[in-house]
Amino acid sequence: MEAFVRETGRAVVISNDNINTDIILPKQFLKNILKTGFGKDLFFDWRYNADGSLNEAFELNKPEHQGASILITGNDFGSGSSREHAVWALTDYGFRAVIGGGFSDIFYMNSTKNGLLPIVLPEENRKILRGIQADENIQIDLPEQTVTYKDYTFHFDINSQWKEKFINGEDDIDNTMKYEKLIAAFEKQRPNFG
Amino acid sequence: MSKTLFDKIWEKHVITGETGEAQLIYVDLHLVHEVTSPQPFDGLRSTNRRVRRPDLTFATMDHNVPTKDIFDVQDQMSRLQMDTLVKNTREFGVPLASIGDDKQGIVHVVGPERGLTQPAKIIVCGDSHTATHGAFGAIAFGIGTSEVEHVLATQTIWQVKPKTMGIKITGQLPKNTYAKDIIMGIIAKYGVSFGVGYAIEFYGETVKNLSMEARMTMCNMSIEAGSRTGMVQPDQTTFDYIMGREQAPIDFESAKNYWSQFYTDDTNDFDETLTFDVSNLKPMVTWGTNPGMATPVDQSLPAIKNDSDANAYEYIGLHPHMKPVDINLDYIFIGSCTNSRYEDLEIAANMMRGHHLAPNVTAWVVPGSRAIRNRAIKSGIAKIFEDAGCEWREPGCSACLAMNPDKIPAGKTVASTSNRNFIGRQGAGSRTHLASPAMVAAAGIAGHFVDITTDEFV
Repeated sequence: MEAFVRETGRAVVISNDNINTDIILPKQFLKNILKTGFGKDLFFDWRYNADGSLNEAFELNKPEHQGASILITGNDFGSGSSREHAVWALTDYGFRAVIGGGFSDIFYMNSTKNGLLPIVLPEENRKILRGIQADENIQIDLPEQTVTYKDYTFHFDINSQWKEKFINGEDDIDNTMKYEKLIAAFEKQRPNFG
Repeated sequence: MSKTLFDKIWEKHVITGETGEAQLIYVDLHLVHEVTSPQPFDGLRSTNRRVRRPDLTFATMDHNVPTKDIFDVQDQMSRLQMDTLVKNTREFGVPLASIGDDKQGIVHVVGPERGLTQPAKIIVCGDSHTATHGAFGAIAFGIGTSEVEHVLATQTIWQVKPKTMGIKITGQLPKNTYAKDIIMGIIAKYGVSFGVGYAIEFYGETVKNLSMEARMTMCNMSIEAGSRTGMVQPDQTTFDYIMGREQAPIDFESAKNYWSQFYTDDTNDFDETLTFDVSNLKPMVTWGTNPGMATPVDQSLPAIKNDSDANAYEYIGLHPHMKPVDINLDYIFIGSCTNSRYEDLEIAANMMRGHHLAPNVTAWVVPGSRAIRNRAIKSGIAKIFEDAGCEWREPGCSACLAMNPDKIPAGKTVASTSNRNFIGRQGAGSRTHLASPAMVAAAGIAGHFVDITTDEFV
């Protein structure tokens, strides 16, 4: 996966709470057998009108937000269906990080597999970030675990192993196979009742 | 040292790693379906990897399958996804119950039905409703597609141990209320994210008296509370359910002895506890666009408290202070991994026996598996549904998520036994009201929700 160390980029704010994965990527797009090309369908029902035209009022469609790489959102982002396609849609669109009040457990894990950094910040920090203008940047520094905007610097928590994985961009399976002997030994002592 | 049910199973599966950090966990059963498996198999192929334990892996098709004529797959993308699963399972030696097969059905119905789902196992599947299997006293949780590939290749998964939450359920369930109402009542009370970061154990006298089917319904919707894992301590009810099933352990007595060590020693060991009393529980109905937006059937819909409520009301076409009895229905859907088991169908059929659907109500009854379908035909339940005017379908996920031809049309209102009332979930523009099978069946007959705890029904 693509490594994540530092990111400086524009941000777009979609501040709703409880944005579930059905909203991030509706089910009609789960039929693809590839991992690519989901970006155009991201937030499909919010982004497009019923006739297929762009909903110009939606934040993601505003010209000034094109090229944004950081999404600022509300609580409980990514709840519902386990579909990793939702993460692929966010990364394919160009997002590198999502800053929210909380993430569903499955969405969080899926993000760690795809180089999309989920950052949990409390409401008082996000309130400040929501004031960001289209031409302003946010800096994310993963080694330092900080989000910087103007004169503000906010600290965020992340599990040390997920952090290392983001920074190295390592392949999970290769990493796990370093423990092959332990796995094989474990298999030998598993209870088996036929 | 005393331990919880969750802790005991977890500890038995740690290959390496310390508590609090990511730990490598062994997976005893990996269930696979057509939607979240094409990319993982493709990944294995491109890296020259094999499936480490095909014998601990089981695949079926459910999300895409048409339920009117299961072989008539019109949608080319659906067909490709299903064909891809056939090709992949053949190439990698994974057992598959394909369409038409006796063992085919919704993955979370088929696992228990085959006897694959057993206590003390770690069970994963690329589907959030994997929590269902926790009803057997297993740790079962949904995983993403990258994790599916990882489990296929290594039979293991990296996880940070979640915190534990005990939900004690007390009281006697009133007549015509069910496990579905319990879990919907809990989510209505505590919201859709109180379980994030927790593994939930449901316990107490009320839970002990629930059937396996009812326990599955409750665990199934743990994810609707934000928890990946809901579980119930294995007991005699669990063992009786498993015994005699195709994949039940051959040395059943030894298995039973082994399983019997898995229980929570002391409920004080949960990181968090809640109590929910069901003595006065009413059938629950959702009015909004997430499962927490629910009300007892005899109450008025709540006032608008925030934008989210306002948006939900606008989408669903209702107003505060209306009652569920005022919700006129166009469709009813009886099915899904939450409520498509034989017991669910039996309860729904009992509500419909001798009655006919209200005019203008279309009803789809979709059994969770081929085996359930066959049993219901044999027992006469299917006939009750057909006589009532319902369409009796073939097994699949159907209108729960409408990735197949079973879509509720825009603007239409459906009473559904499924698990998610998200915007557009059952078809673009469709309006979903979740409820128990008894409630949905009764609502189909009346044409609107009705209080099935009144004398007329009990």
